[in-house]
Amino acid sequence: MERFTTHTGIGVPLRRSNVDTDQIIPAVYLKRITKTGFEDGLFSAWRADSQFVLNQPAYRAGSVLVAGPDFGTGSSREHAVWALRDYGFKAVLSVRFADIFRGNAGKQGLLAAQVTQDVIEQLWKVLEAEPGTAVTVDLVETQVRCGELAAPFEIDPYTRWRLMEGLDDIGLTLRHEADIAAFEAGRESWRPTTLPAKHLPDAPVAPARPG
Amino acid sequence: MGTTLAEKVWNAHVVRRGEDGAPDLLYIDLHMIHEVTSPQAFEGLRLAGRQPRRPDLTIATEDHNTPTLNIDLPIADPTSRLQIDTLRDNAHEFGLRLHSLGDADQGIVHVVGPQLGLTMPGLTVVCGDSHTSTHGAFGALAFGIGTSEVEHVLATQTLPLRPFKTMAVNVTGRLRDPVTAKDIILAVIAKIGTGGGQGYVLEYRGPAIEALSMEGRMTICNMSIEAGARAGMVAPDEVTFEYLKGRPHAPQGRDWDQAVAYWRTLKTDADAVFDAEVTIDANALEPFVTWGTNPGQGLPLSASVPDPDEAADDEERLAILGALEYMGLRPGTPLKEVRVDTVFLGSCTNGRIEDLRAAAAIVNGQVKADGVRMLVVPGSARVRIQAEKEGLDQVFKAFGAEWRNAGCSMCLGMNPDQLAPGERAASTSNRNFEGRQGKGGRTHLVSPVVAAATAIRGTLSSPLDLADRVDLADRVDGADQAVQTDSGRKPEKGA
Repeated sequence: MERFTTHTGIGVPLRRSNVDTDQIIPAVYLKRITKTGFEDGLFSAWRADSQFVLNQPAYRAGSVLVAGPDFGTGSSREHAVWALRDYGFKAVLSVRFADIFRGNAGKQGLLAAQVTQDVIEQLWKVLEAEPGTAVTVDLVETQVRCGELAAPFEIDPYTRWRLMEGLDDIGLTLRHEADIAAFEAGRESWRPTTLPAKHLPDAPVAPARPG
Repeated sequence: MGTTLAEKVWNAHVVRRGEDGAPDLLYIDLHMIHEVTSPQAFEGLRLAGRQPRRPDLTIATEDHNTPTLNIDLPIADPTSRLQIDTLRDNAHEFGLRLHSLGDADQGIVHVVGPQLGLTMPGLTVVCGDSHTSTHGAFGALAFGIGTSEVEHVLATQTLPLRPFKTMAVNVTGRLRDPVTAKDIILAVIAKIGTGGGQGYVLEYRGPAIEALSMEGRMTICNMSIEAGARAGMVAPDEVTFEYLKGRPHAPQGRDWDQAVAYWRTLKTDADAVFDAEVTIDANALEPFVTWGTNPGQGLPLSASVPDPDEAADDEERLAILGALEYMGLRPGTPLKEVRVDTVFLGSCTNGRIEDLRAAAAIVNGQVKADGVRMLVVPGSARVRIQAEKEGLDQVFKAFGAEWRNAGCSMCLGMNPDQLAPGERAASTSNRNFEGRQGKGGRTHLVSPVVAAATAIRGTLSSPLDLADRVDLADRVDGADQAVQTDSGRKPEKGA
């Protein structure tokens, strides 16, 4: 993962609340087995509308998304983060993020920065009045800046540290392999294992037919 | 001060407490996998040269992409087929248990785990699927994770996690037929909103929850994520133990006795304090239905489509306007006058045997409304086999419904079961997001009995709206014993 310190890019005002992950990327794009190339699915239903913000030339190269409250709700699909990342977004600002989305974002180097709704409203005003205006998201200072505006944002310190160091979660956890092995040794015998597999008596499954 | 149920399960799984703001490292008892959120996780393992740490704590099924017709033929959609084939290859390569299409244990991952007896009280359960919250009905701490976390659990059998806050959802009183578990959770979401549960584990408690069967409790925990909560839980009790006993993977002999003794300790202490509490009166509930494009936009079925001009603030006004435009609804229209094209009975929310029984009891001997299509998709192959044993398939077919094979199906339309643009559905699933059930499709979330009544009348309907159920309406007012049996605990059989 690349280190994230500070990023400056075109701000995109998304005046919507409750942007769920089905809107960020519909299920039809989830059938791929690759981890990149999801930019075409990003907001695909909304992008069919020529008036949609990302279809306006001034915002097309945007990399800082400024969204309404409760961004990333619904399905756990990490594809939502991949789609934003592959499109070129480096940061999303909102007053509230869904828990799973925020976790997924942190693992892919996409900064989910929490700001107050007042800051969102101010950013929307600037970005709509002057399309193409740049927004700076400074992870070192945990500050968002845009023109005259400078406001703090919130992110949990651990995610901030990982983003700034560009660290891989699995590698970090495996440093504690001995602790995991010790915990496993005390696991009670009533706790389930999936292997060897146990079943109910086998039964034929008749294929349903049309009509 | 005492601890809550969620905290007890959490504390029993801490491998390592986080220092200097780092999260705790939690051990994962059970990891479930399906074809959509796993390919990139396996690819990550391969690239890093890693192996799954505990294949024996891992189980995979095919559910999201699987067709519900002609399952013995090759899957027509090449991208769906590729994803299924990729799961099969990965399971083979890494030595994981997989229940494939056509296998009697195949089905929606959240239906399969409980029916095999793998889901138990006091476990940590994860899956790359937000509806993993379903398993919390057993008193497990169960939550959805992203694909990077799927890879993390495969490689380490742990997850770094930050403690959740806890919220008590007290459901007082008792349900009156035809009000169901689905109506409780839709009412909870309408009350606290789609973001109301963010950062919390919800614990559903109170007499109306205790009176529910395990399947009803699963329906409620399933939709915790729709309130923004990652997990929902119900304290295990005799209903839980009764459901588990004798299932293939349930503990046996001394293990069973030890497990039950431990499970009895899994309840919130009397002096424990929740970070938040909310109360719902089950006595006052009616069948619920959503009118908008998120699960929080729901109302009692007797209400009318809301008016944006009566919204509390500008944000809400815009949200209502947008939802009504998408849904093709006019303010003030009685919800019961809304005509549907399709009825979908199924999903990890309401695709279990009791859901099928409840709907079949209503459509039995009735005639389906003209022009309405009804799909019945059992949550698992076992549910389908059990339903056929009980003759429910014949009831649905005689009614004019389509009887399908198991899978996620129209809940999210990754397989061919989709709504056409502009088509309107009454659906027993969990999400009414724009385009969820097919591009341009319009979804009203309902309970199985409301779905059944709607298929008969062609408009969103309660079973009480059916002519020959008038006597039942009278009985409900009297709240007599017979009704209590209807909505109370039911014996768990088969499935």
